[in-house]
Amino acid sequence: MSAPRRPSDPSGLERYYVLTRGRSGPGGAAAGLDVATLVVSRPGPVPGLQHEHEEIVRRCREPLSVAELGAHLGLPFNILAVLLSDLLDAGRIEARDPIPAHVAGRGPDLALLEEVLSGLQRL
Amino acid sequence: MDFKGFDRPGRQGGGDIRSVKVMIAGGFGTGKTTMVRSVSDIRPLTTEETLTQASAGVDDLIGVADKSQTTVSLDFGKIGLNDSLMLYLFGTPGQERFWFLWNGLFKGALGAVVLVDTRRLASSFRAIEEMERQQVPFVIALNVFPDSKDFPAEEIRDALDIPAHIPVVSFDARDRASSRDVLVALIRHLKERSAVAVEPR
Ligand SMILES: Nc1nc2c(ncn2[C@@H]2O[C@H](COP(=O)(O)OP(=O)(O)OP(=O)(O)O)[C@@H](O)[C@H]2O)c(=O)[nH]1
Ligand SMILES: [Mg+2]
Repeated sequence: MSAPRRPSDPSGLERYYVLTRGRSGPGGAAAGLDVATLVVSRPGPVPGLQHEHEEIVRRCREPLSVAELGAHLGLPFNILAVLLSDLLDAGRIEARDPIPAHVAGRGPDLALLEEVLSGLQRL
Repeated sequence: MDFKGFDRPGRQGGGDIRSVKVMIAGGFGTGKTTMVRSVSDIRPLTTEETLTQASAGVDDLIGVADKSQTTVSLDFGKIGLNDSLMLYLFGTPGQERFWFLWNGLFKGALGAVVLVDTRRLASSFRAIEEMERQQVPFVIALNVFPDSKDFPAEEIRDALDIPAHIPVVSFDARDRASSRDVLVALIRHLKERSAVAVEPR
């Protein structure tokens, strides 16, 4: 696991600009991304991807949260979300949102809470 | 890091892993980072968000690259609850002026723990108000510091104006078991709320 890296100077901003090709926020598929959304790559080869995109696909062969991915890659959420949106559109990754305790119209998810509780009690 | 999912071509990588999230809120310096660190399975990570970055579009930033920037960090931790369920913990930034960065962060959370330093109750007022405003279910965790006076929890409940059905528990954020117990108190509280909600009228 590599330590989080941070761009140490303003040129970091230029890097983000290049990475996102100037797009300023996640659109489309990534608009609903959460820091706890799990990202997992679809199986398949990764040639022809921009370096950062390839890096994401490689790191997400096992599901990884958006927050962890951002820390590993040293990218702020907004920038990462743009890249994830590209990969979602291209069908290279899948994203799974965290499960809320209440799903609208379906009432409280007691089974889920029970599962969380027994997991915690086993710690 | 291993890539064992890659060796299982029959299966979509980690296809059945699910996640839930819990927020750790509270005033400045109340022990949020300490708690996330003490209960996490992974070496906790911090993402630094450049303030101008999050509030402005990237396009606007090129011109302000030399402007002084503030970075604020978001702590997070992870607990493997079982083979297929992960709990993510997110600590909110202590400084209220940065809260807008995490608009929407509470969405989809099971609930929140609001940390309170009993020597400085007022520092957590805003966090409590925010949970109420966003209708996030929460428990209050009193972080006990060496020179904290031994107030009865009920006295603190009164001072914070916390209704009787919301648990107020004391703990030590540096201790893993103690922090885990706070999470257990939160989940029990959520179950009780749910049980009330599904009771036939
Ligand atoms: N004695 C004692 N010290 C604690 C405890 N929890 C935190 N501390 C100390 O209190 C200080 C503040 O703790 P942090 O975890 O950084 O608090 P925070 O809420 O993340 O602070 P901000 O992010 O700045 O708002 C640190 O020096 C901790 O070591 C506790 O339970 N007992
Ligand atoms: Mg902190």
